[in-house]
Amino acid sequence: MSLLRVRGLTRDFDGLRAVDGVDLDIPEGEVRALIGPNGAGKTTLVGMIAGRIAPTAGRVTFDGRDITHMPAHRRMRLGMAYTFQITSVFARLSVVENVALAARRRARGAAVGPAVAAALDRVGLADRGAEMAGDLAYGHQRLLEVAMGIAQRPRLLILDEPTQGLAEGEIAGFARLVRTLASETTILLIEHNMDVVMALADRITVMDAGRVLAEGTPADIRADAAVQAAYLGGGDDAAAG
Amino acid sequence: MRALALHAGLLAMLFALHFALPAYHHGNLARVMVLASYAIGYNLLFGYAGLLSLGHALFFASGMYGAGLLVEHGGAGAGPAMLAGTAAAALVSAALALVALRTRGVAFMIVTLMFAQAGFLTILHFGDWTGGDEGFVLPQAGRMLWGIDLSTPDARYLAALALFSACLLGSLALARAPFGRVLVAIRENEERARMLGYDTLAHKRAAMILSGTVSGAAGAAYAILFGYVGASFAEVQYSILPLLWVLLGGAGTVLGPFIGALFMFYLIDLASGVTTAHMLIAGVALVALTLYAPQGLMGEVRRRLWRGLP
Repeated sequence: MSLLRVRGLTRDFDGLRAVDGVDLDIPEGEVRALIGPNGAGKTTLVGMIAGRIAPTAGRVTFDGRDITHMPAHRRMRLGMAYTFQITSVFARLSVVENVALAARRRARGAAVGPAVAAALDRVGLADRGAEMAGDLAYGHQRLLEVAMGIAQRPRLLILDEPTQGLAEGEIAGFARLVRTLASETTILLIEHNMDVVMALADRITVMDAGRVLAEGTPADIRADAAVQAAYLGGGDDAAAG
Repeated sequence: MRALALHAGLLAMLFALHFALPAYHHGNLARVMVLASYAIGYNLLFGYAGLLSLGHALFFASGMYGAGLLVEHGGAGAGPAMLAGTAAAALVSAALALVALRTRGVAFMIVTLMFAQAGFLTILHFGDWTGGDEGFVLPQAGRMLWGIDLSTPDARYLAALALFSACLLGSLALARAPFGRVLVAIRENEERARMLGYDTLAHKRAAMILSGTVSGAAGAAYAILFGYVGASFAEVQYSILPLLWVLLGGAGTVLGPFIGALFMFYLIDLASGVTTAHMLIAGVALVALTLYAPQGLMGEVRRRLWRGLP
């Protein structure tokens, strides 16, 4: 059974249809990449899945429950975690406190400390716990966001363009990190870097102009003529920007 | 541990000062402790949850009139009056929280300000009961608690210290509890807190009710300890004062409200001994602090000396 099931999800902004009747099924344990040109409606779609944006029409089901009208904070409690496209940490709080706020959703009292330490260790920020989150380098702030996601121990982890703005070397490390997470949680990854997508995703959903253009394994998508025309720009290994 | 020692140390020092201070400063400090309790209540909402209210005089006055009216018209003693005042403030803040928290930012400031003004006008409107803008002096029976006369300087000082201790230690516990930390998270980045699964609206409501209740307890204590209930305490000035005390002392610090209230009280007291333009001196001091210690006095201590200061 699908962990996440989306049917006919639609969102209008002042007459402009940003997302148009999208169906999506993500089985438990899968790494699903969501790609598409800028303005394709990817962030609006995951915004509706996470509860940040109310849909105009359609349904969202998570773990068999209809969550279409559920407020965002309750969806997170059901086992979603969301990392923002634009880095959003508590800049004036310490790195440890940032992760502790995420961990306290599940852990209580003495269990918080070890959970925080484990999450920071996973992303390689163990020795920066005392620093202010706002003082971290940009790449480290993105890692902190992932640590906050890990600390929530989500069943579905939504990563909205996690490698945006990272240096080449950082991206490789980031991809390795996401791969280690894949065994523990289902991941929905919005990503522009095609190397990362091809390396990580079990399946890829391609969006264009608010609709699902294609869906399949990385090999299927690579071979899909319509995707190439809309997005990949013709060449097999072309990275989209 | 260090933090607990610091705050317990302050309370011990205030207790020791009870025996050491000359009468004039002894009376001042009793008043400052009640006002600081009000400021602690204000700080819960402003300093921790990051919500700037311009209507806290409504809560202070709810406590004051809730207590005072029960004494004046119901013949109650200080104990029931204190409870009634606190309960009245809790009710009023719960009602205002339901309405005002639908707004944010400047709109929140205006909504709280307008409701507080409505409260002030309500007091004037029911002048037959409230004494209008003249207010009323509390009868002696309403200032007795378990046979102790709270209008004597000694009992008054110790009662003020008891109230202040409860507020200070409660505030310290809150700052370190998960609830207080979520409030700080909401202040720093509400959307992120929400997307971590926290019901931010429920947290803000709880903070506002707690803040209003503590402010009301201070208002009730003020009426009982100083024996006067008046509409001037419901005016906008009494909404601005706790904001100034907290800003001066350091928003979002446990000690800040007390330091700010003490500093401001004595600044005006000393300045009025020198010149009739005492508010001018107070104003200059405020500008200087804003320029050189924008985080407030305890905020600077936290920034420069002790980053873990609660």
